[in-house]
Amino acid sequence: MTAELIHRLHFAFTVTFHYLFPQLTMGLALLIVVLKSVALKTGSEQWDRAARFWGRIFGINFVFGVVTGIPMEFEFGTNWARFSQLSGGVIGQPLAMEGVFSFFLESAFLGLFLYGEKRISKWMHWFSAVMVFIGSWISGFFIIVTDAWMQHPVAFDRLPNGQFQVLSFWQLLLNPWGLLQYAHNMTGAVVTGSFVMAAVGAFYLLEGRMMGYARIFLKVGVIAGLIASIVIIFPTGDLHGKYVARNQPAAIAAMEGLFKTEDGAGMVLIGQPNEETGQIDNPIVVNDALSFLIYGTTKAEVKGLDQIPHDQWPTALPLLFYAYHIMAGLGTWFVLLMIVSAFLLWRQRLYQSRLVLWALLLSFPLPYIANTAGWMTAELGRQPWLIYGLMRTSEGYSNTVSASNGLFTLLGFMGIYSLLGLLFTVLIYREISCGPEPKPILADASITN
Amino acid sequence: MMGFIWFWLVAVMIVGYVVLDGFDLGVGVLHLFLARNEAERKATLASIGPVWDGNEVWLLAGGGTLYFAFPLLYASAFSGFYLPLMIVLWLLILRGVSLELRNHIDVGVWRALLDGLFGVASALLTIFFGAALANVLRGVPLQVDGYFFLPLWTNWQPGPHPGILDWYTVIGGLLALVALTLHGALWLTIKTSGELAQRARGIVTPLWFMLAALTVISLVATIAVRPASLDNYFSYPVTFVVPVGVIASMAGVWLLNRGAQPVKAFLSSCLYLFFMLAGACWGLYPTLLPATTGTDRDITLSRAISGPHTLAVGLVWWGFGMALAIGYVVFVYGKFRGKADLNTEAH
Repeated sequence: MTAELIHRLHFAFTVTFHYLFPQLTMGLALLIVVLKSVALKTGSEQWDRAARFWGRIFGINFVFGVVTGIPMEFEFGTNWARFSQLSGGVIGQPLAMEGVFSFFLESAFLGLFLYGEKRISKWMHWFSAVMVFIGSWISGFFIIVTDAWMQHPVAFDRLPNGQFQVLSFWQLLLNPWGLLQYAHNMTGAVVTGSFVMAAVGAFYLLEGRMMGYARIFLKVGVIAGLIASIVIIFPTGDLHGKYVARNQPAAIAAMEGLFKTEDGAGMVLIGQPNEETGQIDNPIVVNDALSFLIYGTTKAEVKGLDQIPHDQWPTALPLLFYAYHIMAGLGTWFVLLMIVSAFLLWRQRLYQSRLVLWALLLSFPLPYIANTAGWMTAELGRQPWLIYGLMRTSEGYSNTVSASNGLFTLLGFMGIYSLLGLLFTVLIYREISCGPEPKPILADASITN
Repeated sequence: MMGFIWFWLVAVMIVGYVVLDGFDLGVGVLHLFLARNEAERKATLASIGPVWDGNEVWLLAGGGTLYFAFPLLYASAFSGFYLPLMIVLWLLILRGVSLELRNHIDVGVWRALLDGLFGVASALLTIFFGAALANVLRGVPLQVDGYFFLPLWTNWQPGPHPGILDWYTVIGGLLALVALTLHGALWLTIKTSGELAQRARGIVTPLWFMLAALTVISLVATIAVRPASLDNYFSYPVTFVVPVGVIASMAGVWLLNRGAQPVKAFLSSCLYLFFMLAGACWGLYPTLLPATTGTDRDITLSRAISGPHTLAVGLVWWGFGMALAIGYVVFVYGKFRGKADLNTEAH
């Protein structure tokens, strides 16, 4: 294996594992604000306990997000040194801003939210939840700004030594690519949060316990899930897709498996891209749909891969095609499931519909898969570029770090992250088994007293 | 001018990290020795529970600041120190998780295992951080293009082709271990009570003597390894106030701990860390990373600095953002003032 591939896998593996946690953090942060707000408004102890329960899950999830997030900031330097040297003046900026504007805020108020409830007023506790929500969403924003600049570089010039420099701070932050991607991505986080909340509600109802809390979780999860599942397709996914099509024609052609330029291009629902023959094997196609989705008319021309020099094709073409189709397919399922669930909720039959409860329970891993597939679509679509059109991936990795050293630490991360995954599962399982009722006094508390 | 400002802003972030995360690392080292039963262990860990994560943010924010202000230094140092940095990352992961996990698992053996892991990871981290700083002070074998790759050790000599660990950097590691353990002990005298606080206060004395010895040894060793470290001091003799500050703050730790003034003793220890780090930075300035392969290969301020517009823009938001951040830190430490809570429901 080449050093370039190892460094790519190193970053891809660690960031994919990492993002399993923040997507729930960001989604839940919003839902916890909802729970706390209802509790504050109605004075309901049950809603307050529900918020505390999700706060505990949030806390565990947050720690795993933090410890797997620290390596990400280091890896720009350790594994992608030549890229960092040239681009630090631009993307080092939003990365530092994430620390300065988001992490301080988030960690301070999370400490207060989780440990300080007895020391602060009810109102202040609600305010802490809001600040944690704002902090986590600001953090997402700066990461998207960083990625958006690599996808669609704006507002820069180059110094004599080749380094990139920011020309306009606001244009960097308000990169149109970034704003669309942010809206799409954050909606994805809400999908994860609401599916997880609804699934825990469904789990309790199917087990026949914690009924009151289960209904709260289902109500909040399904309403938020319905809104987010729709918004993630329209308008955010739709607008983002159109913007990608106009700015990264190679990416959209590869995502859709469009090898030949067509007027009235069709959309492949299922199939296998075959790079050798330049066609899709076993396709099911909806005629003209792609032209319509991108340009709003069934007859528009969509650029195929045949118009793009072969050395600028995305390097993992089938993987990109599958990732995109998995994301889009799951997105469709989310809308269907949430429409049915919301309808039943409205007719007051959801809590008795065991089939739908099972579907909600079993669907909780799917948003994780969809969010991961979405990020793979974005990042594989950018290839073979590290900074789109300006710097190739092959020019950016640390060439002082050999492939075998990279492989060693990649395997190390795989080992440690397997352990983390196991621990996380055990901890969350315990929290969900205990449930939102105040915990019985633990064995060790007797020693304390 | 921009170079001067950003050099010291990065230094401020490093000092902030060491002073804040330093005490929770120190508590991590100490809790194995000081806490005699579950209640005391809980009290020890509760003293850092609400703040350790925020303290670690200084490392991230500092890393980010270094990244955009001095991209070449960030790229060269992080890829050159590849192996030890990966070990640091793994230790940070294990440490954070073991601390959080132990409150969720009420089985004795597992708790003991996690407590041990937390203690060992904390101790190793302090040693690695100290050794890392010593590596920077000693210099690394930079190539012409500004990059290098260091093995974990070579012949334990700080010559032109050193490893991460040699006799000099090991002294740096031990100094950090003792300094931060002492720092943690002083924190515990503030945040805990009864016998536990007495024990924490008692352990300060032996640690103080070790620290005094290591401080002198490290000072002599640094001058021996890189005599140029003194140049700035002789050019601007007024800056000899820094070593005077080191001595004064050490004396302060001793006297105030003796005089049962825990908060002031802890602040003295903060000052000690500040003077030591500021002194080291001043010894380097305007070099950022010296080369053992010839001073013409040094990574200097002017070579590593980002574009002027980046830095000008950065100054505006950085100043604003850090003012906010310091506000949160003060606010949260204010809310958790006094002895640590034992029976907080969450976690």
